[in-house]
Amino acid sequence: MANYFNKNRKLYLEHLDLQEIVKHLENNYQNDSTDALHSFTEATQLYNMILENGGQICAEFIEPRAEAVDQKGCSFNDGIVEWVDETKENMKVLAKAGLMGGTLPRKYGGLNLPVTINTIIVEMVSQADASLMNLFGLQDIAITISKFGSEEQKNRVLPKFCAGEISGSMALTEPDAGSDLQAVTLRAIEKDGKWYLDGVKRFITNGCGEVSLVLARSEEGLKGGRGLSMFLYERYRDDNMIVRRIEDKHGIHGSPTCELQFNMAEAELVGKRKFGLIKYVMSLMNGARLAVSAQALGIAQAAFNEAVKYANEREQFGKAIVHFPAVYQMLINMQAKLESSRQLVYTTSYYVDILEMYEEKAELGENVRQELKKAKAKADFLTPLSKFTITEAANQIAYDAVQIHAGCGYMKDFPVERLSRDARITNIYEGTTQLQVVAAIGGIMTGILDSDWEKLATMDLYYMASTQKELLELVSLFKKTIILVAEFKNKELNDYVATYLVELASLLYRNYLMIEIAEKHEEKRELFQFFFNDSKVRAEYLVNKIKTTISVHGGKIANLKKEFIV
Amino acid sequence: MKKIVVLAKQVPDTANITGNTMKEDGTVNRGALPAIFNPEDLNSLEVALQIKEKIGAEISVITMGPPKAVEILKQSLYMGADKVYLVSDRKFAGADTLATSYVLSEVIKNIGGADIILAGRQAIDGDTAQVGPQVAEKLDINSITYISKLKNITDDSITVERDGEVQTEQIKTGFPVLLTITSDANEPRYPDCRLMLKHFRSSIEINFEEHKVEKMQENGWIIPTITREDLGLEIERCGLKGSPTKVHKIKSIKLAGNNLTMYGDNPTEIKKMAQSIIKDYVEVSG
Repeated sequence: MANYFNKNRKLYLEHLDLQEIVKHLENNYQNDSTDALHSFTEATQLYNMILENGGQICAEFIEPRAEAVDQKGCSFNDGIVEWVDETKENMKVLAKAGLMGGTLPRKYGGLNLPVTINTIIVEMVSQADASLMNLFGLQDIAITISKFGSEEQKNRVLPKFCAGEISGSMALTEPDAGSDLQAVTLRAIEKDGKWYLDGVKRFITNGCGEVSLVLARSEEGLKGGRGLSMFLYERYRDDNMIVRRIEDKHGIHGSPTCELQFNMAEAELVGKRKFGLIKYVMSLMNGARLAVSAQALGIAQAAFNEAVKYANEREQFGKAIVHFPAVYQMLINMQAKLESSRQLVYTTSYYVDILEMYEEKAELGENVRQELKKAKAKADFLTPLSKFTITEAANQIAYDAVQIHAGCGYMKDFPVERLSRDARITNIYEGTTQLQVVAAIGGIMTGILDSDWEKLATMDLYYMASTQKELLELVSLFKKTIILVAEFKNKELNDYVATYLVELASLLYRNYLMIEIAEKHEEKRELFQFFFNDSKVRAEYLVNKIKTTISVHGGKIANLKKEFIV
Repeated sequence: MKKIVVLAKQVPDTANITGNTMKEDGTVNRGALPAIFNPEDLNSLEVALQIKEKIGAEISVITMGPPKAVEILKQSLYMGADKVYLVSDRKFAGADTLATSYVLSEVIKNIGGADIILAGRQAIDGDTAQVGPQVAEKLDINSITYISKLKNITDDSITVERDGEVQTEQIKTGFPVLLTITSDANEPRYPDCRLMLKHFRSSIEINFEEHKVEKMQENGWIIPTITREDLGLEIERCGLKGSPTKVHKIKSIKLAGNNLTMYGDNPTEIKKMAQSIIKDYVEVSG
């Protein structure tokens, strides 16, 4: 029977040590009720069963419906948005299988899973049908409510999420507030102890869903992020929000992108006033960014699989095209990007788990300030680094997969055509690649990876010893380059070369993650050697690029835009 | 509340036979095939779950087989069954359909009877389709075979569609009744992860260390095993002894195409092909 939770995914998952995380999630195994887990062995057993169940549903049920979902697309009539029938069936099956509330607490009907396990489920759902992830992955809204909502809000909304009775949206973007959310103008007005929302939101994924988390300006006259609060809007309690239209999109046709108009629609404040953007949206966004990384990873895997399949089936000049160097060269490049990014995404989700563990411990009054600070810095760095890496890689992989299909790849008859369109949004929404650079560069300049480099230096490797040495040399080159940029002390130039530095960090960090896997698993060594040699050349190129940018343009870098200003 | 019993069997996965799964003599090498939930038994469990969702019911799943058959009982729990029973005894080994239906009918009596008994049309290893109707016969209740659709269920009656070769019958009946279900009836659901959490530790008593049994019992994780002695059954009617069916001969048959006729793609040739089909397959009655 087909199952996406295969040997390869298991291999990468097994490399993450979830023991401490699970122990915390399961109350130190102190709870002896029948619906709690009592040991790490039990947890591993159950997680594997859950992943296999999800993997089977994705491969057997969802994947065969993806083409129809893409071709039909969502519909919009008289203000009512309809999902495609196949999407409705998919959501029903996932809900019945109990997968809707992956990381939510069990008391609401969730599975209390680590983020890491749930990320793999999101990845598999996306591999089967990328557009379904937007509806399935919007559990992030439920998680935000679970973290910051009142007990009453949680009891009202979360069980419905877990049962798959409702879906949600995060209503942040407005026509003039996209990347810059501080510019949000939708008003929240307080009257007789109740809150009312008034204004327009645009590009809202599944805005037609029953529950929306809305970012709104609650503090009239207070500009910037401090004037914004987060609101919970429930369509089944108030009908003063209308969907004005849905977008006609390039890809992810199964997911409706809505324009919403709130006409004094009644909503409830979530958490504290003025914390909307600076705390809650940041948390929500980080979750969504990780989910989009998992989505891109799933699409990349699907595209790679299609490419391998086609390269074996298609014969030209008397042999399958996989035998031509020009073709397998593309395949090995795709695989190296895919697998190294996979471990980066999984590792990121692992650090998000660590962060959430310390956040909860701190709330319980444990003295973990140092650990929490470190974990937050790491998760806040790796989340954009992951999105930067895998969403770009997914586009390159989908592009090459189309290329391997040649003429057939351009036609709608083969899945790669859809996959290449679906991949395209991943490096745009939840913050473009360019914004991920902004979010990640701070960590690089302050040496967030230094402890990892130290660990790399002390790793006791046998098969990979010489590569380890070479990688350490690259790391030292990287560090020198950071100093070079920092000492130049020119903000414009620093911002300009930031992209190169982030790509360097991504390359070296992925090599650091992969070297241990290659040491342990013989079957991964050749792939890793290929990846390392490729990375080495690319890293040296990027370092030279930074050096020449400094020496040629230096403080006058802004001159480069002269010709474009009209 | 209605009591539903589902009869299930663990079978070798004969749908995915590869390489060395057939022995020289034409019999199945069971060791080389994964054991699975007989597919049409999953369809009958799904019917049971749909009845439960509609009018409420208590679903018990029974399987007769070796201890490892407990796996399909766990799968039943993950899908939503309320109770499961493993009917297992060395004396039951080698049973044909007569001996099997004898034991199963006694188990059903032993656990308090049922309003509705559901079984798959047939198992993919033996393909006899006999156990269901024989159980009904022994319990002296009605049976309806080859059900391809559950049309309606109320507290007093059940309406189903029965597949015939050339017609579909619609049948309405009261209870108790035994129904055998085909794969056309539904798409069996996937396991529910929340039920996995509840039951993944469940097993039969012999699989737990002795000092843990009491605790496991308390948590509801012991799957009951029913033996011949529990039922007080006559040894002559069980297992090989109670099975009059004897395999006379096994022949290994290789399927091969023959008498292939090729026709060209012009009107004359197509006419010839049509005439030949009419001659061989169409009966013209007065």
